[in-house]
Amino acid sequence: MSTFAELLLNGLSMGSVYALIALGFVVIFRATEVVNFAHASLLLAGGYLTASLHDDLGFWPALAVGVAGAAVVGAAVEFCVMRRYRGQDHSVLAIVTIGVDILLTTELTRRLGTDVLPLGDPWGDSVLTVGSVSIAHTRVAAFVTAALLIGLFLAAFRYTSWGVAMRAAAESPETAALMGVRLGRVSLGAWAVAGALAAVAALFLTVFPTPGLERATSLAALKAFPAAILGGLDSTTGALVGGLVVGVTESLATGYQSDLTFLGRGLGDLAPYLVMTAILLIRPAGLFGTKELARV
Amino acid sequence: MADSDHHADQSPHADRTHQALSVRDACVGYGPVRALRHVTLDVPEGAVVAVLGGNGAGKSTLLRALSRTLSFHGGALTSGTIRFAGRRVDGLRPERVVAAGISQVPEGRRVFARMTVADNLRAGALGSTGSRAAKAGALARVHELFPVLADRAGQRAGLLSGGEQQMLAVARALMAAPRLLLLDEPSLGLAPLMAARIADTIREINAQGTSVLLVEQNAALALRLASYAYVLDVGEVALEGPAAELAASDEVRRRYLGVVDETAAADATRALDTPPSLRRWEADR
Ligand SMILES: Nc1ncnc2c1ncn2[C@@H]1O[C@H](COP(=O)(O)OP(=O)(O)OP(=O)(O)O)[C@@H](O)[C@H]1O
Ligand SMILES: [Mg+2]
Repeated sequence: MSTFAELLLNGLSMGSVYALIALGFVVIFRATEVVNFAHASLLLAGGYLTASLHDDLGFWPALAVGVAGAAVVGAAVEFCVMRRYRGQDHSVLAIVTIGVDILLTTELTRRLGTDVLPLGDPWGDSVLTVGSVSIAHTRVAAFVTAALLIGLFLAAFRYTSWGVAMRAAAESPETAALMGVRLGRVSLGAWAVAGALAAVAALFLTVFPTPGLERATSLAALKAFPAAILGGLDSTTGALVGGLVVGVTESLATGYQSDLTFLGRGLGDLAPYLVMTAILLIRPAGLFGTKELARV
Repeated sequence: MADSDHHADQSPHADRTHQALSVRDACVGYGPVRALRHVTLDVPEGAVVAVLGGNGAGKSTLLRALSRTLSFHGGALTSGTIRFAGRRVDGLRPERVVAAGISQVPEGRRVFARMTVADNLRAGALGSTGSRAAKAGALARVHELFPVLADRAGQRAGLLSGGEQQMLAVARALMAAPRLLLLDEPSLGLAPLMAARIADTIREINAQGTSVLLVEQNAALALRLASYAYVLDVGEVALEGPAAELAASDEVRRRYLGVVDETAAADATRALDTPPSLRRWEADR
């Protein structure tokens, strides 16, 4: 029973990190209707900045620079690349983001080489034990931080003028422009927010028990794709639920792998995609999505 | 505005600066499609001016040119000038037009269906340059005009009836406290009673000091509201004049007010006798 509780808690914690990434993904999709395949490279950029600066600056300032840096990279991608293609078909734009992703990831993995960089976080490998259940401090920190950030984001989305502009632009760009919404700013803001959230996620993808930031980190970030898709690409609630579903599925499948060997190895990595496929078969727009990808 | 008054005193074309809106020789194209040709039109300060015309006449195109949203449709103003309160507005971005005091109620209402009524109204205020107090004042005024919107504040706009959505669309545009309100077929798809209510509201908005440019296919309604009217036909101003004169003119009566005289009836019979070419073409296939 305690194994199950541990797996579940770890899964929820990982899931909240995936939710952070998926949320950024959904924000970009809602604001611009572009599926952003460059998301994992934004995450890698934020993580790399934090990792390379924490020795000199200390952890918290380095994290702040990493978050700000990823936001700037996101904004720069929007400003220098996406804006040039405004008015193009959305599938063209999605392919452009693949190009951006390849460029950024290639440069970052070249810099990383085969290194595994620690991010210098203060939690180390200490473990919290309550009764028979023990969970790493990093996992608790991840869950608390993600929950706070997501709460903050949703409140801003709902109550601030920024949120109203964002939702108006998502629903109808032309009508939003008639209301005086600056679409360029909305889309710039979406990319910056997505970058910042991804940088925070980078931290929690690379802390204990993971060894540190390495090339494979961007692969871990890819798990946010099934999270966003199964939740419904245009739904913020969907991103949260999707993130948690993927985290828990992955954790349970990995934990009980030895009991499931008849299904072959590596089930933990595969399970999120199986769940996504199953959900999409029943609800093609995702759990909370209101429209399918190809909308009229 | 003190500035324009000052000009008005000295300029030999004093009446020009008294126009809230003046469009001169505007041509608009959607790629190769020419949708407006040399349209010249004025909206005097404080007036209600109507633009009539059938489907595809270019009415919505005119409003898009004013609000600078042609680019969303692949169109552009190819020549001509648009001035508002003496200032050129034909090179501005949409948000600057709103800030200059021109708001539009687009064709088909276009409320943000997934947002609440209250958030729709907040969206309308996004382009306003006024203070917090001014925005609160605009909201109070809008709720006074449309009490139903205060009752439904928390409801999703998509769930409102067509008439309520039209009220919301008008209210949303008023949130920016415009000096000129552009209305694209506000009576479209409304029952006569609701259309009459919208007409009353437009009169009320105008009485409170907002100039109105009203685009309509419902000529009877538009000519009752307006003091001056233009008739657009395939992108050109075919007729213009004081609303009362246009309402009395044979051509407008026949084509837009549904008053059938003998010639029109004869035309219609002749049209029925000749089979439409489209049908023959379909039969050949
Ligand atoms: N995006 C577009 N691309 C090409 N042509 C267009 C486009 N939008 C409108 N047009 C053309 O421009 C002309 C004017 O269209 P517009 O929508 O302004 O007419 P309208 O007077 O508003 O008609 P309705 O009463 O049906 O709304 C039409 O011939 C139309 O086919
Ligand atoms: Mg129209």
